Amino acid sequence: MKAFLILEDGTVFTGTSIGSTRDMISEIVFNTSMTGYLEVLTDPSYAGQAVVMTYPLIGNYGITPDMESKKAWPDGYIVRELSRMPSNFRCEGSIQDFLKEQDIPGIAGVDTRALTKILREKGTMNGMITTNEDYDLDEILPKLHAYKVGDVVSKVTCEAPYMLEGTGPRVALMDFGAKNNIAKSLHRRGCQVTVYPAGTSAEEIIASKPDGIMLSNGPGDPETCTEIIAEIRKLYETEIPIFAICLGHQLMALANGAKTYKLKYGHRGGNHPVKDLTNNRVYISSQNHGYAVDASTMDPAVAQEAFVNVNDGTNEGLSYIGKNIFTVQFHPEACPGPQDSGYLFDRFMDMMKGAN
Amino acid sequence: MPKNKDIKKVLVIGSGPIVIGQAAEFDYAGTQACRSLKEEGLEVVLLNSNPATIMTDKDIADRVYIEPLTVEVVEQLILKEKPDSVLPTLGGQAALNLAMELEENGFLRRNNVRLIGTTSETIKKAEDRLEFKTTMEKIGEPCAPSLVVENVEDGIKFAEKIGYPVVLRPAYTLGGSGGGIAHDREQLVEILENGLRLSRVGQVLVERCIAGWKEIEYEVMRDGNGNCITVCNMENIDPVGVHTGDSIVVAPSQTLGDKEYQMLRTSALNIISELNITGGCNVQYALHPDTFEYCVIEVNPRVSRSSALASKATGYPIAKVAAKIALGYTLDEIKNAVTQKTYASFEPMLDYCVVKMPRLPFDKFISAKRTLTTQMKATGEVMSICDNFEGALMKAIRSLEQHVDSLMSYDFSALTREELLERLEIVDDRRIWMIAEALRKGISYDEIYNITRIDRWFIDKIARLVEMEQTLKTTPLSAEILKEAKRMEFPDNVIARLTGNTERQIHEMRHEYGITAAYKMVDTCAAEFAAATPYYYSVYGSENEVEETRGRKKVLVLGSGPIRIGQGIEFDFCSVHCTWAFSKEGYETIIVNNNPETVSTDFDIADKLYFEPLTPEDVESIVDLEKPDGAVVQFGGQTAIKLTEALMKMGVPILGTSAENVDAAEDRELFDAILEKCGIPRPTGGTVFTAEEAKEVANRLGYPVLVRPSYVLGGQGMQIAINDHDIDEFIGIINRIAQDHPILVDKYLMGKEIEVDAVCDGEDILIPGIMEHIERAGIHSGDSISVYPAQSISEKTKRTIEDYTKKLAQSLHVIGLINIQFIVCGEDVYVIEVNPRSSRTVPYISKVTGIPIVPLATKVIIGHKIRELGYTPGLQKEADYFAIKMPVFSFEKIRGADISLGPEMKSTGECLGIAKTFDEALYKAFLGAGIKLPKHRNMIMTVRDEDKEEAVEIGRRFEKIGYKIFATKGTAEALKTGGVKAIPVNKIEQESPNLMDLILGHKIDLVIDTPHQGADRSRDGFVIRRNAIETGVNVLTAIDTAEALITSLENTDIKKLTLIDIATI
Repeated sequence: MKAFLILEDGTVFTGTSIGSTRDMISEIVFNTSMTGYLEVLTDPSYAGQAVVMTYPLIGNYGITPDMESKKAWPDGYIVRELSRMPSNFRCEGSIQDFLKEQDIPGIAGVDTRALTKILREKGTMNGMITTNEDYDLDEILPKLHAYKVGDVVSKVTCEAPYMLEGTGPRVALMDFGAKNNIAKSLHRRGCQVTVYPAGTSAEEIIASKPDGIMLSNGPGDPETCTEIIAEIRKLYETEIPIFAICLGHQLMALANGAKTYKLKYGHRGGNHPVKDLTNNRVYISSQNHGYAVDASTMDPAVAQEAFVNVNDGTNEGLSYIGKNIFTVQFHPEACPGPQDSGYLFDRFMDMMKGAN
Repeated sequence: MPKNKDIKKVLVIGSGPIVIGQAAEFDYAGTQACRSLKEEGLEVVLLNSNPATIMTDKDIADRVYIEPLTVEVVEQLILKEKPDSVLPTLGGQAALNLAMELEENGFLRRNNVRLIGTTSETIKKAEDRLEFKTTMEKIGEPCAPSLVVENVEDGIKFAEKIGYPVVLRPAYTLGGSGGGIAHDREQLVEILENGLRLSRVGQVLVERCIAGWKEIEYEVMRDGNGNCITVCNMENIDPVGVHTGDSIVVAPSQTLGDKEYQMLRTSALNIISELNITGGCNVQYALHPDTFEYCVIEVNPRVSRSSALASKATGYPIAKVAAKIALGYTLDEIKNAVTQKTYASFEPMLDYCVVKMPRLPFDKFISAKRTLTTQMKATGEVMSICDNFEGALMKAIRSLEQHVDSLMSYDFSALTREELLERLEIVDDRRIWMIAEALRKGISYDEIYNITRIDRWFIDKIARLVEMEQTLKTTPLSAEILKEAKRMEFPDNVIARLTGNTERQIHEMRHEYGITAAYKMVDTCAAEFAAATPYYYSVYGSENEVEETRGRKKVLVLGSGPIRIGQGIEFDFCSVHCTWAFSKEGYETIIVNNNPETVSTDFDIADKLYFEPLTPEDVESIVDLEKPDGAVVQFGGQTAIKLTEALMKMGVPILGTSAENVDAAEDRELFDAILEKCGIPRPTGGTVFTAEEAKEVANRLGYPVLVRPSYVLGGQGMQIAINDHDIDEFIGIINRIAQDHPILVDKYLMGKEIEVDAVCDGEDILIPGIMEHIERAGIHSGDSISVYPAQSISEKTKRTIEDYTKKLAQSLHVIGLINIQFIVCGEDVYVIEVNPRSSRTVPYISKVTGIPIVPLATKVIIGHKIRELGYTPGLQKEADYFAIKMPVFSFEKIRGADISLGPEMKSTGECLGIAKTFDEALYKAFLGAGIKLPKHRNMIMTVRDEDKEEAVEIGRRFEKIGYKIFATKGTAEALKTGGVKAIPVNKIEQESPNLMDLILGHKIDLVIDTPHQGADRSRDGFVIRRNAIETGVNVLTAIDTAEALITSLENTDIKKLTLIDIATI
C-alpha cells in the first residue's frame, strides 16, 4: 500500500506503508545510528515524535530481546528500506510484524537523506504519515502547523513504583521515560533500584532515604514540566547524591534558574563527541535530545559546565558546586550506541559511597 | 606548526614495491600523510623504493630518496639528512619492520632520532604473537587458544591438544604470507615448515580454528591524550578462513545488532588504549554466529589496506589524521576536512552501504589454484557505494573489469543440484555466482548457509538479485519493474539481455520514464551537517544532490580502476598528475574511479570525485549531469581507453589524441599503412581470427612467432609459439577471455628491446630518455629490468629511434603521450608496439629525468606547445647517472602459478636503483627487489640448450665470487666443458639426493632455471620453480637477468652506496 509523508513546509514523500495504516501527525526528527533501531523504537524519549532513520537498511537483524521499555513509543517510523530477511541468532521476529503489533504507522521507500537534509536546513518540523491517496494539503498543513508535542512525560512514566533488588546502595530512580538500561546499569553495579513514577513528590523520595537519586531521560519540552521541576528543586536542597541524564539534566538546570532552548534539529545518534572539561578527554556518546541547557544562563556559583559537545559547543553536562550532583545531556547507558561514558555510573557509585 | 615543537624534520618510510598484500593503499596513505606534514611546515624526507608512486614526487616531499628499503640504507639516510623523527606507521609492514630493526639495534637512540606515530613498545606488543597474546589476556580480551612455536614438533603437540583444524600464522610477514589452515598432521607439517622459514623471527602461531565465524573489522584512531574513536566497522561476507583482502567486505556491518556492534567496538577501544597506540589501528575479530563469543584475530598498529578502505568508505582521512596525531595534536583539535564544521573526534555515520570486492589475478595465472585461503592473493580491489546492498554489490561486480556484469556472468547452469552442493564447499573467487546458481536451482538458504557459513542475510540479498533476473525474464517490462531493477543497479545491457531488448531500447525507456541516476554525497555524517567536499556515488530512485557548477571549463578524468597485473599504480600516478595539471590551468576537474586504495580517489584531489564503475553506462550518467567540456582517457590505462568510443557517442570531446588515431595504432592494417608511409620496419605478421588462419600465417613467417590478442593490457594472452600445437593451445586460451577483437601473429625477433615515452604536441616531440630492457625481447616489458639511459645501442640507433618516434607521433596525430617499444637487432630498429597513451614507465622516466611528463602532456592537450613550455624538442640530454627499474613479483602468494617469464606480464610492482655507476644502480635495484646475496653461496643451474653457452660464462663468474654450483646433468656437463666446477644433481623424479632435497635443505641462494619456450614446459621445471619460490629461494628464469645479477654482485660493496635525492634532479 502506498503511504505519504507530508511535511509542514508542504514537501511530500511517497513510499510504501509499513506497520499501522492509520494516519499520524507528529514532530519529525532524524536519528543517525547505524545499529540499534529496536532500542530507538522503544526509547520513551521519542514519545510525541516520528523518527527518521538515516541509515538506509533497517531490520537486518530482526527483533531481538533488546527493548529499552515495554513498548514502542514513536508516533511514526520513516525508513529507506526494511529488510525482508531478519538474520541474527537472537532474532525473535521481523520488524515489519513488530511495527504492526505495536500499531506504529510508518513509511518505507523514502529518500531519507533528502528528508534529513530538509530537517537539517529548515529545522525539526511537524509532519503527517497517511495512506490516503486523496490527501488535501490545504486541509492538512494547518493541522501540521497547529500540532504541539504536549505533555508526554505522564504518558511514558511507570504507573506505580517498582524495585530491582540489590545489596548495594539504594537508588531512587525518577522515571520520566527511563530507558531500561539506566536501572540495569545501576543494578549491575549492585544497587537496589526503586523506580518511581514522574509524579512522585520529593517528600516521598526523601522519606525513602535513598543513598542516591537518579533522574532519567524522557521526552518533550523540559520547560513544560513545571511541577516536576519544583520537586527536583526540593531534591537539590537535600544532601543526597544525584545523577541525572538528558531530560533529568535539563530539569535540574531549570530547577536552578537556568534556561533551556530548542535546538534546530537536535542531536540523535551514536557518534556525538563530548569533552570532559576536567581532563579534556573526549568520549563518543549516544544522544537523543531536541532541547539543550543554555549554560550561559546558569549561575556560575551554582553549577559549572562539566561537558561540552565538541561539534557545536552546546552544553553536555553540569557539575553542581558544593553538591554531590552531576548531570549529563548524553546517554551513558548507551543502548543504542557507544558505551564509552558508562564510567559515569561508577562515578555516581563513588559519590554515593563517599556520602556515606 | 606541529604541536610538538621538537619535530622539525621527519623521515617518512614508504612500503616499497607493490606486492600482493602491500599495494597502492600505502601510496595513498603516505601521500596524504606527507601533504599533511608539509601543511604543518615540516621538512619531509621520503624514502621509498617504488618509483611508480605519487608519494615519491618532489611536490609531495622536500627530499625524495627512491632507494632500497634496507636497514643499511635507512641508517645512511638518517646520517645524511639528520631528521629528528621517523614516521614508520604509514608504509605498511615493510616500514614498520624497518623501524623495529633500527630501534632494536639502538641506531635511533644513538642518533637522537625518535619514532613518531607509535612507539616501538606498542609495535612489539601488537606484532609479536606472544606479547600480543599476553597483553590481550591481561585486559581480558579473548584470543583463540594458541601457542607460538619455533619448531614443528611443538606445533604438532599443541595441535593435537586443541584438535584439528588449526590455523597457522607466521609472525612478522605481510599479507599472511606462509599462513594457512591445517586439517591434519600432514598439512600442519607442510605449512608450518614453510611458515617458520618465512617469519622474520622464526615464529609461527598455531591456533584454534575459528573458520566459519563472522569476520568483523574495526578501524580505530587514538591520540596522545587517550581519546579514541572508531572510524568504521566492516563485515566480511566471507566468514573467517578467507583473508580479508580476498573477501567481499561490506561497511558498515549488516548482520550485527547494536549489542554485538558495541561489544566489539568497546573491545577495539580497550585494545588500542592498552597498546597505547597513537594514530590509526585495525582490529580484526572473529564473532561466533550463534553466540556473543568472539576472538581477537589480529591488530595492525598502523594504517593498512583496511584503513584505506575505511577512509574511502566513510570520507574520514585516516592517514591525514594519523599524521597530525603523530605531531602531537589531539582528535578534538583536528578539523574534519569533509564537513569543515565537525572535528576528527567524531565517528562517521554512513547513510549508504559500501561493498568492496577483491581483484584476483587468476586471469593471469591460469594454472593457479583459485581457492581462497588465509593467504591473500588479490592484487587490488574495487569499492562501490549505493543506498542498498544489492546495488552496491552489482556495481562492485561490474567495476572489477573481469568481463562480469551480473550474477549470471559465470554460467554454472549445467551443474546439477548435487554438483552445486559439492561446488559450494569450494571457497573461491566465483562463490557468489555459485550461490546465485544454487538459489536458481531451489537450494534453500539453510543448505547454502550450512555449507558456506555466509550469513543468510547476504544469501537473501543474492536471492533478491536472482529473483529480479527471473522477473525481467518472465514479466513484460513495466516502469515499476525497470525502476526496481535500476534501484538494484542492474546495468541496461543486462536488463536488455534478460528482456530481449537492445541496450538502446532500455536506455530510451528509462529516459522516457525519468529513471535516471541521482548522485548522493559521502559526507561522514549521514547528512547531519552540510559537507564541503564533493564526493559522490550514484543511486536510483532518489533526489540528486550534485550542485551544478559552471564558469570554469570542465574536464572529466577517467581513472584506471582496480590494480591488476599489467595495470598498476602507474596509471593512478598519471591520472592524479593530469588532474593537478588541469587544475593549475584553471579547469574544474572531475575524477571517476572505483579503486579505494589509490590517491586519485582521495577526497581532495579533484574538484569532484565520482566513486563509480568505469562502464559506458555509468560514465554516461555522470556526463549527462556534468556536461564536461572534454574527457581525458590517455592517462587511465586500458580502462579509460576502452571508454573512448562510448564517450564520443555521448558527444564528449576526447581531449588529446583522437579516438581514430588510438584505433589506428591498434588496428593492424591501418597501422601497417602508417608504418609503410613512414618507412619504418616492423616484424612481419598478420591478423587472424581462427587457429587455422594463425597456423597458416605462422608457417608462412616461420616459427617462433608471437601470438597475442589486440586491445589488451600487460600482454595478457601473449605467447611465443614454436609449433602448430602451441598455436592451437594459445588461441584456445585467448578465446576463453572473451575476445571480440582480432588476434595478431608476428614473427618473433630476438633482439634488444627498447622503450620510449614521448610527449607530442602535433608537431614536435619530447623524449625524456631512451630505456633499454636487460632481458631480450620475448619477456614482457613490464617484467624486464629497464635501464635508463640505454647502454648498449649506438648513437646512430638512438637517432633512428628519435626519428621513428617523431614520425609515428606525427602520423598518429598524437596530442599528449605516446609509448613505443622497439626491437633493435644490430643497427636495425623495428617497431613492435605503439600505445598513444601513458604507460607503465611514465612515472619512472619522469622521476629519473626530472621532466614532469604528465603535466607537460596535459598542457599540450590543453593547447600549449612544447617549445613555449620551455623545452627543446627531441631527445633530451642523457643524465649522468643510471636509473634501473626492476620488476617485483608476488609468486610466493599464488599457489600453482608458473613463475617463468614470457610475453605475458606477471610482475605486480617495481622498484628503482639509481646511482652514478651502472653496477651500483643494478645492485640497488636487486636489493630493492629483496634479492640480497650472497648468503650461503650455493646455487642451482638448469638451463635450456640455447642458453648453455652464456650459462657457462655466468657460472664462471658466480664461481669466482665463491659460489658452489649444483646443476642438472646437461647443464653440469656444459659447465664442466667450459671449465666451471659443477656438482651434478638428480632431477626431481630421480632418486635422492635430488634438486628438491637441495632446495628444501635451505642452503640455496639462487636457482637459475631457463625453461623451454612455448608450451613445451616440463612439469619438472615447474615443480622446481614453485618449490624454490615457496621456500623463499630466488629464482631467475631468464639468462639475461642472471647476467645482470652477477654483474651487480661482482662490483658493489654495500657500505659504499651513494644516496641520491631525486628532488634535486
